[in-house]
Amino acid sequence: MNNKTIKNKSNIKALNGGYAMAEALRQIKPDVMAVYPITPQTTIIETFAKMKADGLVETEIIQTESEHSAMSATIGACAAGARAVTASSSQGLLHMAETLPVVSGLGLPVLMCVSSRALSAPLNIHGEHGDVMAVRDFGWVQIFGEQAQDAYDNTIIALKLTEMAGVPVMPIMDGFHTSHTTERVEVLDDEIVTSFVGQRQAENALTDQKNPITIGTLALQSTYFEFKVDQAVAMQKVKTFYKKICVEYAKISGRKHGLLEAYKLKDADHVIVMMGATAGTVKDTVDTLRAQGKKVGLLKINLFRPFPYKEVGEELAHAKNIAVLDRAMAFGSFPPLFQDILTSMQSAGSKKHDIASYIYGIGGRDTMQSHILKVFKDLENGEISKNIKYLQ
Amino acid sequence: MNKKLTEKLSSGHATCQGCGIPAIVRHVLAATDEPVIIANATGCLEVTTTIYPYTSWKVPYIHSVFGNAAATAAGIDAAQKALMKSGKIDKPAKIVCFGGDGGTYDIGLQALSGALERGHDFLYVCYDNEGYMNTGGQRSGATPFGANTETAPAGETSFGKAQQRKDLMEIVNAHGIKYLAQSNVAYIHDLKKKAKKALETKGPSFLLVLQPCTQLWKFPVSDYVAVGKLATETNFWPLYEIEDGKYTINNVVKNPKPIEEFLKTQGRFKHLFGEKNKERIVEIQKTVDANAEKLARKAQIS
Repeated sequence: MNNKTIKNKSNIKALNGGYAMAEALRQIKPDVMAVYPITPQTTIIETFAKMKADGLVETEIIQTESEHSAMSATIGACAAGARAVTASSSQGLLHMAETLPVVSGLGLPVLMCVSSRALSAPLNIHGEHGDVMAVRDFGWVQIFGEQAQDAYDNTIIALKLTEMAGVPVMPIMDGFHTSHTTERVEVLDDEIVTSFVGQRQAENALTDQKNPITIGTLALQSTYFEFKVDQAVAMQKVKTFYKKICVEYAKISGRKHGLLEAYKLKDADHVIVMMGATAGTVKDTVDTLRAQGKKVGLLKINLFRPFPYKEVGEELAHAKNIAVLDRAMAFGSFPPLFQDILTSMQSAGSKKHDIASYIYGIGGRDTMQSHILKVFKDLENGEISKNIKYLQ
Repeated sequence: MNKKLTEKLSSGHATCQGCGIPAIVRHVLAATDEPVIIANATGCLEVTTTIYPYTSWKVPYIHSVFGNAAATAAGIDAAQKALMKSGKIDKPAKIVCFGGDGGTYDIGLQALSGALERGHDFLYVCYDNEGYMNTGGQRSGATPFGANTETAPAGETSFGKAQQRKDLMEIVNAHGIKYLAQSNVAYIHDLKKKAKKALETKGPSFLLVLQPCTQLWKFPVSDYVAVGKLATETNFWPLYEIEDGKYTINNVVKNPKPIEEFLKTQGRFKHLFGEKNKERIVEIQKTVDANAEKLARKAQIS
């Protein structure tokens, strides 16, 4: 993300990620928001509820009795033609899991803000990507952010994307590190956001009594496969929509978002690939090592689903050694981002790279510069483990 | 067939021969001339009316998953309120949920409870065939004591379901909703009257409708009305309603038939008539009598 203030077009505020997402939600004016509390997502819904209580939004809020019902109500509202949003995290996200493929299977434009967190057992309320990784192939777009500013920007981008592509989208921030850390956030004027996202033009809504539609049919062996292939095609188109929206968003905000962020990558021999909040620590470490003349860099993935294999392959083509840092456990396999990077390099026809897998920040464990220095040192020394290394 | 009855659910569908579900749906929906939106739980009704690329529904319809019909209705209700405010629709439709007993007593109970507590404007209709019939006849919270099902089968050491059915009417009533009623597909006039009242209720309302399942209660396909009638004539399934907390028994059975009359019509109770299970029938009779008495007291008090 490239911060560039456009005078008179933005207000600078001190917000945490949760508040930043709620602020973006206020500005996009959802018709319906279904809410259910779970740490570390609750800051989003309670901030929004207060906005409603203070008359700042007209949104119909449904205080559901579970996340399963929160997403179910969101489905009903969206199918009825409303702009419908919700938010979740961790156990809550998995409690919804049954309904998530329904949203994507029906092609409903639903926005769900996610504050990512560890999964039980044992119980842990802190940040990591285990929850969103568990649902990564459910047909939802996943956009990762690093800072509270990204949480704000990505929420607006995600809303426009879901309504343009007809694929549900979850903007994701790291629980606590982003959701509960107060940072400098540039907030756009309400009118700018309102005009940027426009109004939802619902097609085939349940409320259209003149054209009654049956939503959620039974499709058997002769038709189900075609539905799913169509869905895969719709997902493939998301990348183009996303890039287009990011260009438009840069025009109103001055901030550049995109599939990837390359940090001092151009001539880097040793590269870390990762997503989310800890990118800040990696950037600092890159700066430290660059000052020592070391050719190191970072590739941060923003759009994780659909995964930008081609672009990643191109960005990493010149690198010698690569370390992929996953903030999610993998049991009996290599972790998700590592596998995607491996596929990217294979698709790019690259055979010269050595790629190592690291797992960090599980259950909210701090990841320090010392951890990142160790990773770069491994890369420099050519110590590429065949096994996953844990940055504990 | 009466034209009005097929205005919303057409005659082309795939329910089993002798199934009462279409009759329940049609008579409930024929009780209003207002627009409706249907939210359906996974189950017999859903799989037999929405086989892509066909649909039997002539009104807006949504099916999402098994346990979320009431939560889906909640979302539609909120959407209609929002779209009214922004002038995108002129008039809200009445939202009607249909769910079987599996989708209502069991997997959808929490969603139903939440939607009732929040006071959404919708009617929930449970067609109760006393088991998971769409999956081949497994035990649910609605399955009666002693019934033989696939997951609580009768055998050398078992007489079928060993527990009493849940009293769903009392569970729903505990939410303090304005109107709820127990009806029976074999008493269409009763169902029609109750559907009208339920649909005219502002806020949540609830209908529990007995739906004898020819396949898994195991009786001839021509008999669902006869079997349904016996359920009420034996007091196994009394017809009553609760309006603003006031109980009314709609069909007081003066001389209830012995419960055997109902049980013997169905293969699912056949094992109870063997020598070793005879006591179970006595037990069932006692429960039926006690429940009838309890209900009569509630009707008297209120």
